[in-house]
Amino acid sequence: MSAPVATAARPTGARRRPGDTAFSGAAAGSAVLILLVLAGVALFLLVQAFPAITAPADEVPGGEGLAVYVVPLLFGTVLSSLVALLVAAPFAVGIALFTSHYAPRRLSQALGYVVDLLAAVPSIVFGLWGVFVLAPTLQPAYAWLAENVGWIPFFAGPASATGRTIFTASLVLAVMILPIVTALSREVFLQTPRLHEEAALALGATRWEMIRYAVIPYGRSGVISASMLGLGRALGETMAVALVLSGSAVGITFNLISSGNPTTIAANIALQFPEATGLDVNTLIATGLVLFVVTFAVNFVARAVVNRRKDFSGAAG
Amino acid sequence: MSRTSPPPAAPTAAQGAPAAVPPGQRPPSLGSSSGKLPRWAPGAAVGLAVLLAVALTATGTSPVLAAVVGAAVATLLLVGVSRAVEGSRRATDRLVTCLVTIAFAGALAPLVSLLWTVVDRGLRRLDGEFLTFSMLGVVGEGGGAYHAMMGTLIITLIATLISVPIGVMTAIYLVEYGGGKLARWITFLVDVMTGIPSIVAGLFAIAFFTLVLDEPGVRMGVIGSVALSVLMIPIVVRSVEEMLKIVPAELREASYALGVPKWLTIVKVVLPTAASGIASGITIAIARVIGETAPLLVTVGITTGLNLNPLDGRMATLPVYAYYQFTQPGVPAEAAIDRAWTAALLLIIIVMLLNVVARVVARALAPKGAR
Repeated sequence: MSAPVATAARPTGARRRPGDTAFSGAAAGSAVLILLVLAGVALFLLVQAFPAITAPADEVPGGEGLAVYVVPLLFGTVLSSLVALLVAAPFAVGIALFTSHYAPRRLSQALGYVVDLLAAVPSIVFGLWGVFVLAPTLQPAYAWLAENVGWIPFFAGPASATGRTIFTASLVLAVMILPIVTALSREVFLQTPRLHEEAALALGATRWEMIRYAVIPYGRSGVISASMLGLGRALGETMAVALVLSGSAVGITFNLISSGNPTTIAANIALQFPEATGLDVNTLIATGLVLFVVTFAVNFVARAVVNRRKDFSGAAG
Repeated sequence: MSRTSPPPAAPTAAQGAPAAVPPGQRPPSLGSSSGKLPRWAPGAAVGLAVLLAVALTATGTSPVLAAVVGAAVATLLLVGVSRAVEGSRRATDRLVTCLVTIAFAGALAPLVSLLWTVVDRGLRRLDGEFLTFSMLGVVGEGGGAYHAMMGTLIITLIATLISVPIGVMTAIYLVEYGGGKLARWITFLVDVMTGIPSIVAGLFAIAFFTLVLDEPGVRMGVIGSVALSVLMIPIVVRSVEEMLKIVPAELREASYALGVPKWLTIVKVVLPTAASGIASGITIAIARVIGETAPLLVTVGITTGLNLNPLDGRMATLPVYAYYQFTQPGVPAEAAIDRAWTAALLLIIIVMLLNVVARVVARALAPKGAR
């Protein structure tokens, strides 16, 4: 967000050359094109969703109108993303602290690369891994939970025999959003003023007390916005959820470990769209529009917080 | 959230640290009088955790459970001993160190497991047939992903050709020409755009082409390219913008002083100086979108045979190929699932290679004095 480097260097008094006009025009045109694309995403989704929005309730899949179709999907989307965030956030903060304040400098850079590797793995691979490795590993744990703490609604059971549950999907999502939350948290932790840290240590604080009273208060808003960006990723992630759950949707339930699961908007589109025709297509695009609005809002707020923070730390600089 | 000025952090640190040792209590046990654990204590705890985990695994406990138990026992032991010898503040410090280290090790576990599984299962079918045959007429065993590899190559190439000019020109606008409200908004919205779900990008592309071509159910390679471009442009803009910002202003001023027009300065001075960074940024952007499944699933579909024309009908791509081999395996299922894993392995190899190339390019061609 800092001021462009070159504005100060603009030649004054020189006459405007045609090459300059054309080039700056092309640059500005590209920039505006991006805005048009963003507006176009909303516009074309809206146009294609319109038939489903105006259609009589009994023609929409499910036969009870668009809202009844979307709400369970939205519920599944939010539930799985929140569980993913609850699992990922503590790990991300831990890893960020480990790489910023615990590991030796040289090691921490290598560790940063390793966490970035997670971000480079395609989502379809995470999905396959979730189905073939994570689900069977977790299945005994689900059986145990259903048997021993089944009175908690989340673990009511009966436990899924395959382990392919919404909780497994959430854990895969947690692994997938870990890199972005970690990278941003680490960045804000590293920005903590050195003087604050050294002052705390000089007062006799242990390393943890220094982090507790100097690093964490400074980085809190950064961690919150990093988590929101992670949440945005989890809300829109498609293939991992689609592969792990693949069509066992039962609508709204808080039961995390049974074979009948709520599914997510994105996964539902991926599973239904290739075979869909007619009004089904419009309905799926309408759910996509809902997903776009939700993720856009989450990202918008998160980025606004990040940017305000950036301005402030620059001013404190 | 509401914090807009720096002071709050400073007082918290200043008042907070002493508050941890209320004046009325006995003096903090950090002085030389109190005991201190030997330097090898944390190492011994790690050793104990590993030993315990290995022993439990050997007796038939699941490895995950064994690792959890090992880590928990070692942590409790270390913290307990530390509390007895060094006092509660040191013990808390050690507890947090343990937790942070465990969090890190815990995050490595999925990565290691995932890479090992993909390599192990993917190597079973990584042979000449897989790389040179399509699935045309293949039932059961055999067959390959040649058509899917070509499809991925073509679609990603077109997406790159669309994204790079738009992305680079936008970055030039933001760094060299911008500065007003419009530029600030574009920077912000580009950041927001990086968070657009990939499936929404796919739906946008298919909605756009369905409307323009007036042909419901249309599937074409180039629609997939447009969808990937929506995801790729923001990544390109962000990385090129960062690179243009670190080009020293003196270079531009020297060029202007020689009477070179602004646009020639950008083309001949600024862009070549940042070339390595731009190239590596574009490579990273390609790596990010080449593994995308969802947008291609809804825009391009799948075929069993080779289709090299992105303007004519469905094409196969590696991620979608892996998806369908898994979800619609046919008989015997094992053969199709092996093909899915091999496609996944190929994808990971391509993505890793692109990342390595990006890093090498950035390092080999880095402008002097830029870092």
